Amino acid sequence: MARADDRSYRNVTALFALLIILLVAGIGFELTRQSLLSIQKFGFGFWIGTTWDPVSGQFGALPFIWGTLYSSFLALLISTPVALGIAIFINEVSPSILRTPLTYLTELLAAIPSIVYGLWGIFVLIPIIRKLELMIPDSLKSFPLFTGPPLGVGMGAAALILAVMVIPFTSAVAREILKGVPINQREAAYALGATRWEAIRVALGYGKTGIIGAIMLGLGRALGETMAVTMVIGNNPQVKLSLLAPQYTMAAVIANEFTEAADELYLHALIEIGLVLFLITIIVNGLSRLLIWSMARREAARVTVATNEAAVV
Amino acid sequence: MNTRIRLLKSNIIVALCGLAVVLALIPLAMILFYVISHGFSALNWAFFTQMPKPVGEVGGGMGNAIVGTLILISIAGALAVPIGILSGIHLAEYGGTPFASTVRFTADVLNGVPSIVIGIFAYGLVVLPVHRFSALAGGVALAIMMIPIVTRTTEELLRLVPSGLKEGALALGATRTRAMFTVILPAALPGIVTGVLVALARIAGETAPLLFTAFNNRYWSTSLAQPIGSLTVQIFTYAISPYEDWHRQAWAGAFVLVMMILTLSILARLVTRRLERMNRGS
Repeated sequence: MARADDRSYRNVTALFALLIILLVAGIGFELTRQSLLSIQKFGFGFWIGTTWDPVSGQFGALPFIWGTLYSSFLALLISTPVALGIAIFINEVSPSILRTPLTYLTELLAAIPSIVYGLWGIFVLIPIIRKLELMIPDSLKSFPLFTGPPLGVGMGAAALILAVMVIPFTSAVAREILKGVPINQREAAYALGATRWEAIRVALGYGKTGIIGAIMLGLGRALGETMAVTMVIGNNPQVKLSLLAPQYTMAAVIANEFTEAADELYLHALIEIGLVLFLITIIVNGLSRLLIWSMARREAARVTVATNEAAVV
Repeated sequence: MNTRIRLLKSNIIVALCGLAVVLALIPLAMILFYVISHGFSALNWAFFTQMPKPVGEVGGGMGNAIVGTLILISIAGALAVPIGILSGIHLAEYGGTPFASTVRFTADVLNGVPSIVIGIFAYGLVVLPVHRFSALAGGVALAIMMIPIVTRTTEELLRLVPSGLKEGALALGATRTRAMFTVILPAALPGIVTGVLVALARIAGETAPLLFTAFNNRYWSTSLAQPIGSLTVQIFTYAISPYEDWHRQAWAGAFVLVMMILTLSILARLVTRRLERMNRGS
């Protein structure tokens, strides 16, 4: 009686757990099914075409991929050193009274909704960036990063806002990883006469795998971020290096044009962009998790070894 | 290398780490400052009780959108909480199997899927078959985002319950099912409630998955089968509009939204702290 009871308990809860796997598989299936028209018609050309003209039925997605990858790359360039700095400061430098409030405050950055970042971006950040752009000296204007009129909206604004949004995710994981680095790693470094930074570098080296996982987790967030970017990037599909140029991202074009997609091919083209965004983020997030987990497992293994040693002693 | 140079380098880098904290807190302070100063002054009674006025008319409010957001997160919670808790129970009880590891991994991956992609999925699942945007579709999209969070929190909190409780129940002849539902789950419940609150706070701020599921509605609606307004989509519409009065209301909406989220997360913090104290006491 009791056994049968427990067996159905195990099976029923397993069914709900299975639902999570089915959901992810279902997203992949549904997105593929809904983008078949576009996949069949354009094939690989979809990804290298630069013309996006729904009226004449021409769909090339390269500007959106470029916008997504370029904005995420720039965002990580800013967010990674800042997030690691925060993790190091909170974990290794800060007095213990400040630790909890600082952790809470930096995590608050993750609690603020994307739409509020966007609103702030439009009315506060963009005017500031426009002023900064007006101050760019003429000698720099011919440099590819700074060409174009100072509009405020554009790649630079998007990258900056993305960086702020990604920081809490990277720093939270990096902090956990640093916390997991055994104290004897640092003590050994100090014993050899290392300075504080040199000891921290030893800890960073020990946690390298996990830290890379933390950065990739941030990358996953940046790639899929929609609202804030849509509101500040300028929504103009073009492949440009300039930080001043209004550009477009994969998520933003879906958000803006999905309800306007009048014919089926247009809708399928948009969903194909969604499908690729889905696949990219799954790969990035999956890799990031595996890295963070492998770090955690190494930690667990070390702890068992340590307790065994203690038992022997 | 010279010791003095090495020390100098170390101090400079440590100072830069402190600077990084300040750099991250500047945007936080700025956002909170603007949301509070612009938002609070734009708030009035009409904002909570009225629906949007026609284009060009000053005044009106977001009453319908506030109710809409509450309805949407209720649907999401009703769908995601049972699924999340039962999956979490499975992961905590039978966590060692390859199946459990796969579920755990998939849940973490699902947590990172962009919300806009989940919106497309809910569109195909709920909107397309009946050719109508609906509150239900929005709720489903938000529920999908919420499930992995509730699952992982439940699993972690069930693991925190001292194993003596479970062993005691089993020793008294309870089945695993009974031990879970009458002893372990109640012990972990305050923590799980916290996790649910945090998840609700997170999805309350979502905009992208609602754009083409719940769509938007300028009128009062509580029907699950009709498009429904939400605070976030309303803020978006107003923020990108050219009207001064709508910008004012967008800030007010952001203020209400941020206050809602802060309240939920502070509540969660208090529950957690009480839990920690209880654990230390025992």
